[in-house]
Amino acid sequence: MFVTPGYAQEHAPAEGEAHTEAEAGHEGAFPPFDATTFPSQLLWLAITFGLFYLFLKKVVLPRVGNILEVRAERIAQDLDQAARLKEEGDLAVAAYEQELAEAKAKSNAIGQQARDAAKAEAEAERKKVEADLGQKLADAEAHIASIKSRAMQEVGAIAEETSLAIVEQLTGGKADRAALADAVRSVRG
Amino acid sequence: MANDPIHQFQIQKWIPIEIGGLDFSFTNSSAFMVATVAAASAFLYLSTSSRGLVPDRLQSLSEMTYEFVANMLRDAAGTQGMRFFPFVFSLFVFVLVANLLGLFPYFFTVTSHIIVTFALALLVVGTVVVYGFMKHGLGFLNLFVPKGVPAILVPLVVLIEVVSFLSRPISLSVRLFANMLAGHITLKVFAGFVVSLSTFGFVGIAGSVLPLAMTVAITALEILVAFLQAYVFAVLTCMYLNDAIHPGH
Repeated sequence: MFVTPGYAQEHAPAEGEAHTEAEAGHEGAFPPFDATTFPSQLLWLAITFGLFYLFLKKVVLPRVGNILEVRAERIAQDLDQAARLKEEGDLAVAAYEQELAEAKAKSNAIGQQARDAAKAEAEAERKKVEADLGQKLADAEAHIASIKSRAMQEVGAIAEETSLAIVEQLTGGKADRAALADAVRSVRG
Repeated sequence: MANDPIHQFQIQKWIPIEIGGLDFSFTNSSAFMVATVAAASAFLYLSTSSRGLVPDRLQSLSEMTYEFVANMLRDAAGTQGMRFFPFVFSLFVFVLVANLLGLFPYFFTVTSHIIVTFALALLVVGTVVVYGFMKHGLGFLNLFVPKGVPAILVPLVVLIEVVSFLSRPISLSVRLFANMLAGHITLKVFAGFVVSLSTFGFVGIAGSVLPLAMTVAITALEILVAFLQAYVFAVLTCMYLNDAIHPGH
């Protein structure tokens, strides 16, 4: 039948008994083509496959579909959130940079102002000191002039004294102080 | 009996039921249909029960299957095709799990019976026809008249299209059935060689390594075939459904 000839010969003596039993079992028909088994197979296929189809359609597939959907949603949500956070981050960076720039500008301005103020103050100080020095110089000059004029006046007196002394020494007597004073004064002009 | 490669396809009545002269017994085939559905349902149900936002391995597997079938259907039939998603998903998982369960020794392979695969294929083509006429009325018949065909060739093309349409349930069901059947027979024959060779003493035992290696290799191949045939079945279903949704090509 469907056994190869060599194979069948090889085993015919050993299992003759069993073989006849098998032959009797499928009554000479090749099992897949035995039409008497068709109704039973069709019925049970319809029952099992039908139930399987309903079970998958009603329970399993919606569940798996739901799992996948929830996951896809979740991933989309997370991506959205990530994008939003990134945007927020970018905004924060931009704000920080702007603030930094402002602060820099402000610090520059403050620095400039401080520098200007310091400069102005130094200038004022310098002027004041210069004026002071000028004043002192003028005072000193005036002082010197007064000293000089006083000294000059005293020169007259000293000259009188000296000439008086010289005259008394030379003459050996008393000299006329008033005449000497006149004489000195006329010499000095 | 144990070495008969056909024995594995025999239907055994477990609980005899007879209604109106027809045999509706609960058989080993029925039991494995129930097992297929129970295993697939339990896996899909339990693996997703935690509804984890971050999936664990099993939940990942369920989700991957979901997205795999969803993408397959969307690529073939567009977003409108998504109304058939539960149908295509059930078909794919049912065929896949039935194929894989059948690979276990002593297990019955539900999809190795032509009536089962033919019923599934008829279900697909029936859905295509019913939905096609419901949605497009007689416009569905445009399916058989491709655009841009010279008028003189139209009768011939229509004939070819009709024949190709009618052969769909046959090719769809025979492909899956024949693959499962042939794979299991080959596997059984090679495994049988291992036993029969090893009765010939030392040389025979040494020689039986070859069919044993072959059996291992074919088992791997059969796992691939189990996936591939489920995939092919589902992809073709998607393409046929696309005809129902867009009959004008």
